[in-house]
Amino acid sequence: MANNIPFIAVAFIAIIGLATMLMRKNIIKIIMGLGLVEGAVNLFLVALGYRQDGIAPIFTNAPSTHMVLPTVQAMVLTSIVIGVATLALLLSFAIYIYQKYGTLNSESINRLRG
Amino acid sequence: MSKIVSAAADFLYPFVMIFGFYIVLHGHLTPGGGFQGGAVIATGVALMFAAHRYRDIAPIFKKAIFNTCETVGLVLFIGLAFAGLFYGKSFMYNWLARIPGLFGEQVSYGVNPGSLDTGGIIPLLNIAVGLEVLGALSLVIYYLLTYVVQMGVNKHHGQ
Amino acid sequence: MRNLLITAILVVLSSTFVYVTTSGQLQFGKPAQTRMDDYFLRHGQEQTGANNIVTAVVFDFRGFDTLGEATVLFVVVLGVGMLFRKLMAEEEEEEQAA
Repeated sequence: MANNIPFIAVAFIAIIGLATMLMRKNIIKIIMGLGLVEGAVNLFLVALGYRQDGIAPIFTNAPSTHMVLPTVQAMVLTSIVIGVATLALLLSFAIYIYQKYGTLNSESINRLRG
Repeated sequence: MSKIVSAAADFLYPFVMIFGFYIVLHGHLTPGGGFQGGAVIATGVALMFAAHRYRDIAPIFKKAIFNTCETVGLVLFIGLAFAGLFYGKSFMYNWLARIPGLFGEQVSYGVNPGSLDTGGIIPLLNIAVGLEVLGALSLVIYYLLTYVVQMGVNKHHGQ
Repeated sequence: MRNLLITAILVVLSSTFVYVTTSGQLQFGKPAQTRMDDYFLRHGQEQTGANNIVTAVVFDFRGFDTLGEATVLFVVVLGVGMLFRKLMAEEEEEEQAA
């Protein structure tokens, strides 16, 4: 329990993000909740690959060869870049919606316009 | 922004750029790589956009430069991957790793001080991805700022 | 009704998360399966020639993944550019009409 603090933090952040996404009406706040869930997933993957007293998997002047798992770190690298890309696209859509409807409330955006 | 901010940004800009390109080029030896280095370089571009007036900075950082960077990066990546099909066994085969010459030095196994001349196609792929990320993130910043500036100009004329 | 549904979803998910983190299946510092990663750590240097094993995994062992990632980034920037070009063209039209 005590040494599982990273996983508990992951659960906490993911629940906060999901609650934000489900309960808020403002589109910017929904995007912020998505960012929180993304960060929780990245933290979860990195924490899964940690070995006790391990160092980063780089052999250049390494003090030892007891290293943490490299594959999850590569996956997190991919995930971060995709996260930034989707964030940019979502914020652009938010700007577009604000220009079209004059509001960011997701409940009052219910008309289809060509 | 004020004179102090723009002067400090001018002073910091070359250091940010050098650090970014260092991260890209040493991606196979030290922490970092194409994605991280490209993000650092785009941060430098964002710094210049934030610290100067739009009409001063827009003629220097043209959209065509970032467009070209992004396209060249992706085409270089796909081209290197396809070259593995012709020079080696399969798609994205590391065909430069054992050939002496460009980045082909035999690496010493285990803990070593590291040599820049190793890694096969990995440093070239790092450079390609670094170019692409630099172009992509700078273009996103450019579009957002250009739109904000144009909105401000239109509002001003309307009143 | 909607609030009840949201509360139910959150309760179920959070109890699942709490169960997984406290039941002892996951232990921080002791990964469950390490065979693939041990292979990468032992043979990555001789097979790719890169000292940084994370870069070796990203650009060599999982090169297809990175190719897809680069394509996603390219397409996203294309989409942002198209969106803003459309917005700016509409602005211009409204200016001309007004």
